[in-house]
Amino acid sequence: MIQGIPLEHFLIVSTIMFFIGVCGFIIRRNLITMLMAIELILNSVNINFVVFNRYLYPDQLQGQFFSLFIVGIAAAEASVAIALIINIYRNMKNIEVENVNEMKF
Amino acid sequence: MTGYTYTVFIILIPLVMFLVTGLLGMKWKPIVSGILGTIGMGTSWILSLITAGSYFFGQHAGGFQTIIPFELKWLQFTDTLIIKLGILLDPISVMMLVVITTISFMVHLYSIGYMHGETGFARFFSFLSLFTFSMLGLVIATNIFQMYIFWELVGVSSFLLIGFYYQKPSAVAASKKAFIVTRFADLGFLIGILILSFVTGTFDFGKLTEPGTAIFGSAASMSFMGISAMTWAMTLIFIGGAGKSAMFPLHIWLPDAMEGPTPVSALIHAATMVVAGVFLVARMFPVIHFQAPATQEIIAYVGGFTSLFAAVIAITQYDIKRVLAFSTLSQLGYMMLALGVSGYGGEEGLGYMASMFHLFTHAMFKALLFLGAGSIIHAVHSNNMYDMGGLRKYLPITHITFLIACLTIAGVPFLSAFFSKDEILVAALHHNKLLFAVEFIVAGLTAFYMFRLYFCVFWGKDRHYHHTPHESPLVMTIPLMFLAVASVFAGYLPFTELVTSDKMGFESGMDYMVAVPSVLIGLFGIAMAWMLYKKESEVPAKLAKGWGILYTATYHKFYFDEIYLFVTRKIIFNYISRPIAWFDRHVIDAFMVGIGLVTEKASYQIKGMQSGQLQHYAFAFVAGTLALALSMIYFMM
Repeated sequence: MIQGIPLEHFLIVSTIMFFIGVCGFIIRRNLITMLMAIELILNSVNINFVVFNRYLYPDQLQGQFFSLFIVGIAAAEASVAIALIINIYRNMKNIEVENVNEMKF
Repeated sequence: MTGYTYTVFIILIPLVMFLVTGLLGMKWKPIVSGILGTIGMGTSWILSLITAGSYFFGQHAGGFQTIIPFELKWLQFTDTLIIKLGILLDPISVMMLVVITTISFMVHLYSIGYMHGETGFARFFSFLSLFTFSMLGLVIATNIFQMYIFWELVGVSSFLLIGFYYQKPSAVAASKKAFIVTRFADLGFLIGILILSFVTGTFDFGKLTEPGTAIFGSAASMSFMGISAMTWAMTLIFIGGAGKSAMFPLHIWLPDAMEGPTPVSALIHAATMVVAGVFLVARMFPVIHFQAPATQEIIAYVGGFTSLFAAVIAITQYDIKRVLAFSTLSQLGYMMLALGVSGYGGEEGLGYMASMFHLFTHAMFKALLFLGAGSIIHAVHSNNMYDMGGLRKYLPITHITFLIACLTIAGVPFLSAFFSKDEILVAALHHNKLLFAVEFIVAGLTAFYMFRLYFCVFWGKDRHYHHTPHESPLVMTIPLMFLAVASVFAGYLPFTELVTSDKMGFESGMDYMVAVPSVLIGLFGIAMAWMLYKKESEVPAKLAKGWGILYTATYHKFYFDEIYLFVTRKIIFNYISRPIAWFDRHVIDAFMVGIGLVTEKASYQIKGMQSGQLQHYAFAFVAGTLALALSMIYFMM
């Protein structure tokens, strides 16, 4: 399926996804959107794992297993994050990240 | 020659008693601590007597051996720098064991009566045990460093005992004074030890005091300011001894130290602590005599001057304990002088023997005098001898024992001090006529001031007492009677056989050319006191007025306290301490405060960076990572 596609193309895609995620995390004010940005970052890493595994060590599966772990952890993280966001919503009636600034000097 | 291992218990028992009565004393009735301490001390006393008996009267053909029944390495810094703790038995240390445990046991027994009902009864007994422990450790030290350790312990425990009434400002001041003065002298001692061990490479008394030893070989070439290293070392060590023994320039603490309870005065300031200096000089005697003859001259003159100086002051004092304190100073001067004029070996070592002999007899009669004074104070609740009079009717036992002690110190024939003082005078006569003359006069003065005290207290008219004075309980009078017997008969011990400079016995007879005049001047002193103080009269007051300024100066102890105060307050405080305090406050403290201030100001400036905005942090983090990554790429390429 991926024969003929050079490695660099995959890396370009994952780099673009990574920086979209970073920008989204820094720029977007909505906590849910920020969470989605984090997922983008994680998934760009997943692509890297799978692709490097496939291109460099085709007989082995460690990279793919890593990406499976990352997917599992991302699911757990999302559930915790959403639980937090729901609590923030109950307290503040919105989920703007700028309002969550109690922890300062 | 082993079999003396049990001597360890002589010093361990007081230590255990100190810990037990000190830690558990609060839980019991006070009297339990007193009885425990006394029993412990009694055991030590019996052990000491057994030691002395088997040491002195056992096998000693060809002189006494130096025995080290117990020694352990305490600290080992390098192969040569080793500090040991151990027990050394030789004639002087065995004699001191007997003196210390005897006096301490008597004082313990006496204190049960004297301190009865005082707050801190248990504390008092634990301090007494601590003091006895440190004093015993001092005399049985095998090396000069161990001696120094216990020397300081003696200083601390005497501080605790003098300041026993810590709610009384004068007692606190006195204890501080005693501690600071002796501590100041100990600095000299420490430097002396360092020089000595640097030159000889050893701390052990065994190696240091061996006659004809080669370890001083390198010392001859060393000198500082034209004075040889050994003279410096010995003089500095003597300063330490002079501080503890209250010799002339450092004598100021002893009279004030009478603020402590009277049994403490008896224990510390008569019989044990103050003779530590004499003991130190005696311990180092071969070194001083052969390596530092100049120091020995200094010791002789300091001793002679102190004895005269203190005897003169004692005449004018009216606090009975102070009279006794100055009398102690004067007698200590005698002992120092005897060491100063002594030679080494056989008849030549007469002064050494006489000094130790006098130390022994003095311990007995001076402890008796102090305990007797305590009994008087206990009866009339005053220290001032003009508040007393006619007490012989009320205090018969105290009266008789006190009289015996006064007769003894005055050198009346066939009592103990007659023999020891006579030996000192003979030794002085052979060495130095001037010192002999001084001591001869002091013998008369001693008799005079002791009998002035005696007649004032026990004769004359009755005063208005708050209640009729009554004799002290038996627990206080038994020590008095025992010590009175000891004062009478201690002189018959054959000291010339037992305690000598080279540990070999020698024969010595009475020298009637010295004994007769010294007895006569003693009797003359007694007669003078009898004429002046037996009956109340105006004569002493007139005499005092006649001497005018001289009397006033003597009464104020020649203003030595004031001189010291002037030097410390006006000169040291103003010109040394104040600049140092200023430097401390304005330079060292300011530097530390400055560091704090800078940190505080800086954190005010940058605290805005912690905004609480998650995205600011994330941005900083990403930017930092990027910068790091870019710079890595840039520098790696």
